[in-house]
Amino acid sequence: MRHTLKTLLLCLLLPSAQVLAEEVQVAVAANFTAPMQVIAAAFEQDTGHQVKASFGSTGQLYAQITHGAPFDVFLAADDSTPAKLESEGATLGGSRFTYATGALALWSAQPDLVDHSGAVLRSDRFQHLAIANPKTAPYGMAATQVMAAQGLLEQLTPRLVEGQSIGQAYQFVASGNAELGFVALSQVYRDGQLSNGSAWLVPAELHDPIHQDAVILSKAAANPAATALVDYLRGERAAKIIRSFGYQL
Amino acid sequence: MPLTSADFAAIWLTLQLASITTALLLLLGTPLAWWLARTRSWLKAPIGALVALPLVLPPTVIGFYLLVAMGPQGPVGALTQSLGLGTLPFTFTGLVIGSLFYSLPFVVQPIQNAFEAIGTRPLEVAATLRAGPLDRFFHVALPLARPGLVTASVLGFAHTIGEFGVVLMIGGNIPDQTRVVSVQIFNHVEAMEYAQAHWLAAGMLVFSFAILLTLQRRGRVGARAIS
Repeated sequence: MRHTLKTLLLCLLLPSAQVLAEEVQVAVAANFTAPMQVIAAAFEQDTGHQVKASFGSTGQLYAQITHGAPFDVFLAADDSTPAKLESEGATLGGSRFTYATGALALWSAQPDLVDHSGAVLRSDRFQHLAIANPKTAPYGMAATQVMAAQGLLEQLTPRLVEGQSIGQAYQFVASGNAELGFVALSQVYRDGQLSNGSAWLVPAELHDPIHQDAVILSKAAANPAATALVDYLRGERAAKIIRSFGYQL
Repeated sequence: MPLTSADFAAIWLTLQLASITTALLLLLGTPLAWWLARTRSWLKAPIGALVALPLVLPPTVIGFYLLVAMGPQGPVGALTQSLGLGTLPFTFTGLVIGSLFYSLPFVVQPIQNAFEAIGTRPLEVAATLRAGPLDRFFHVALPLARPGLVTASVLGFAHTIGEFGVVLMIGGNIPDQTRVVSVQIFNHVEAMEYAQAHWLAAGMLVFSFAILLTLQRRGRVGARAIS
């Protein structure tokens, strides 16, 4: 009985160990969810490797990584978090690079609420303005910088609602519970145009640039799929996908 | 103690939320429990199951449907807007409503069990002594069900204090409105402020243990009521 059980266990474990060698687990900042899904599908098709992606706020993912989460690659929403991981010795040396530069949009699901210069922020045509938590999400931090740059931060603070990631901020606006919100352009942008609602594409000079860096984490040293994915991200096909979601490269 | 004023605000807000929710649940839940304990209607089983749903549903399900229902396109949202109240997500009132659903079984079930344990005999005796239905309820049933009511209050209060998923989904993390202790702990952990997270988390741990210890000491009422 004990023997059969052992054999059974071995049978279950062995093939999966082989599969694991070609599987890459990647932690992805929430704003990059949609492009990552497209890129992962293309990558799997082109290379045969499997991608397992987890999405969350950059702060959340950082905390998971420092507590031993099994990720091979980390696509952050900023450059400081990967740099921090690098200085802590948690990454493969020299693997850090900027895979995209993010853009911020003031977006509403209502077709005519947001104008092309963001003047709606000075109006009382909304009760709630959704942002991502500025403490943990770089897009949330950028949103507060934009409001501060326009001298509106103090006046808007009572109307702010915070999502724990840019994904939740988007969901507050999409469900109409917040009339508008600062989201990542990539969440509302497809093939070079706004997919629905109305938006102000926030000029990049109103906030610190959102350089989004990627790193290979040190546990992935022996995983060829991790390097393959990072190479793929730098490649032509991925660049095209990334641009189509409104990112700069 | 490294707790900030924001932490204390979260604690105060949580206590307010739990107190108001418990008071409302006792008011609404006691008649419901009475009906569930006494009725022979075929509706007893489906309504009993509805009351128990929050025990098994993930808070994300409750939070998601509350967000949809209370949003501007949802039925509840349409009603509150037509009453001039605006929409309820991101408000304290919205949290109270969410907590009412979330903690409902923790209040109704102990009271229902207590009512059922009384049986029909004391009430029949009271009836032969010419006590009317209200008289029987207030002067016979309620006093006899007192242990159940106490258990219900304690459990309802404690369970609301421990609410997290629902608040995270409909709250929006607003200071003094929707940022309760559990959310504040999450914020601290995310921002890597582990010392503050520890203080709040350990406080919750001690508080919850003390509550359950009190229930245990009150005989087995609590345990019976939960099962």
